[in-house]
Amino acid sequence: MTPWLAAARAVGSEIAGRYADDVDSRARFPAESLAALKERGLLGILVPVSAGGPAADIADVVAICHELGRHCASTAMIYAMHQIQVACIVRHAGTSPWQQAFMQRLVHEQLLLASATTEVGVGGDVRSSVCALDERRGKFRLTKQTPVISYAGNCDAILATARRTAQSPASDQRLVVIPRADATLELQENWNTLGMRGTCSNGYRLLAEGEMGQVLPDAYADISAQTMLPMSHLVWGGLWLGIASEALSRARAFVRAEAKRKPGALPAGAGRLAQATGELQSMKSDLLSCLHQYEQARASEDVLSGIPFAVAMNNLKILSSEKLVRIVGQAMLICGLEGYRNDSIFSIGRLLRDAHSAVVMVSNDRIAANNANLGLVLRDDPELLA
Amino acid sequence: MSDPLKVRIRTVLKTAGSLQQGVEAIRDDSDLHAAGLTSHATVSLMLALEEAFDIEFPDRLLRRKTFSSIDAIAEALAEIGVRDEAA
Ligand SMILES: Cc1cc2nc3c(=O)[nH]c(=O)nc-3n(C[C@H](O)[C@H](O)[C@H](O)COP(=O)(O)OP(=O)(O)OC[C@H]3O[C@@H](n4cnc5c(N)ncnc54)[C@H](O)[C@@H]3O)c2cc1C
Repeated sequence: MTPWLAAARAVGSEIAGRYADDVDSRARFPAESLAALKERGLLGILVPVSAGGPAADIADVVAICHELGRHCASTAMIYAMHQIQVACIVRHAGTSPWQQAFMQRLVHEQLLLASATTEVGVGGDVRSSVCALDERRGKFRLTKQTPVISYAGNCDAILATARRTAQSPASDQRLVVIPRADATLELQENWNTLGMRGTCSNGYRLLAEGEMGQVLPDAYADISAQTMLPMSHLVWGGLWLGIASEALSRARAFVRAEAKRKPGALPAGAGRLAQATGELQSMKSDLLSCLHQYEQARASEDVLSGIPFAVAMNNLKILSSEKLVRIVGQAMLICGLEGYRNDSIFSIGRLLRDAHSAVVMVSNDRIAANNANLGLVLRDDPELLA
Repeated sequence: MSDPLKVRIRTVLKTAGSLQQGVEAIRDDSDLHAAGLTSHATVSLMLALEEAFDIEFPDRLLRRKTFSSIDAIAEALAEIGVRDEAA
């Protein structure tokens, strides 16, 4: 186990787990766990050695998300969303002094990054923007109507998508780094949801000004294909696996207690538990194989931008979110009334509510429609071990 | 401008590209993505080019960069053996 994972495990079991119910019931930011992750230096681990970071792999981050997901899904989701933004900066930051200095700050100050991609008017179609960078003499202004920016009130900077210029078409986007201090956030909508309540994903009118050196040089289309999309689906896959594992862990404890009470008789829930364990295994295999695929592809922009890679990463998201909901549902059935109660040690309620965010968080129907379109030109994949 | 291959590419772009401006406003080296070619429309463009030139793009050419400009498309077509003369 890496020291990072060991540290995350300690944060998960000693802190995130302890406050998870309070975070959920009050829909409040999990300040204790984020402070602990910061204190242990876990926010900047992806930063390369050249910028003063420890250069952890994506796999390390996925493992941490999985660990945190077992204890507090909101904490895990915040950590995951933050690392998606860090990965975009690590891979796509330009040579501008501003961006280089910012990368170092990610380690030294353990900055927490939020994301403003979703926009009023285009919904979850994150590859289109309404708002645009208004550039004048090396400076920009931006106004964006955002239906959700998770933990915006607690972050240190926000990465926002926008059209490159006021004349650009909706798909010609850039990603800009906005320090929280340079942004005005006018609250428009409160986050009162079924689950993932601790992400505090309020809606805002975001107003910002800055220098053009804060705009990442790569087209957002490339950032999205090569980093944001695969990274999102991998880290989400990690924390969703954590939620599913925790649900089955409670179900297993329930079934085992039954078995001990009546030795020799197979408990009623044992068959269902075995079935759900099989589904968890396939969820884990999908995640690990896509992680492997990403690691193989990461050196080649062409492979990362290719259609087979995009289809595979999209499938990971659709399949693992569906499996998550099914597995947690199975756990609820196995634990029965004890699972349905909010105050029992076998309670599944919070896990079930958090799980349902997975299919909505970039709608599975939208992703399936993208895959249907890409499928029109997808080629056969005849070689098994290639 | 009079390169017959590129003229044919323009004809395909006109119907399949869903560009913001007309194809007339696009130079051979203009960035088609900056002109509004979305990833959804890129797939339609691939299919329309395959139909028009009676070819099939190999896997390695199925990426954004191949369709980033009229020049890039012409290069990719040449690479898979499409000749310059009008059919
Ligand atoms: C916990 C959580 C945290 C989030 N945090 C952030 C954040 O920090 N920053 C951020 O920018 N966003 C965030 N989001 C938003 C998220 O990224 C998605 O953009 C959002 O969930 C999509 O919302 P939507 O369903 O209203 O939009 P849409 O994707 O527009 O979907 C609307 C409806 O249309 C249907 N639909 C859409 N497209 C298609 C299609 N092609 N085919 C068929 N049906 C379709 C969908 O099924 C859905 O019913 C968060 C979401 C969640 C759940």
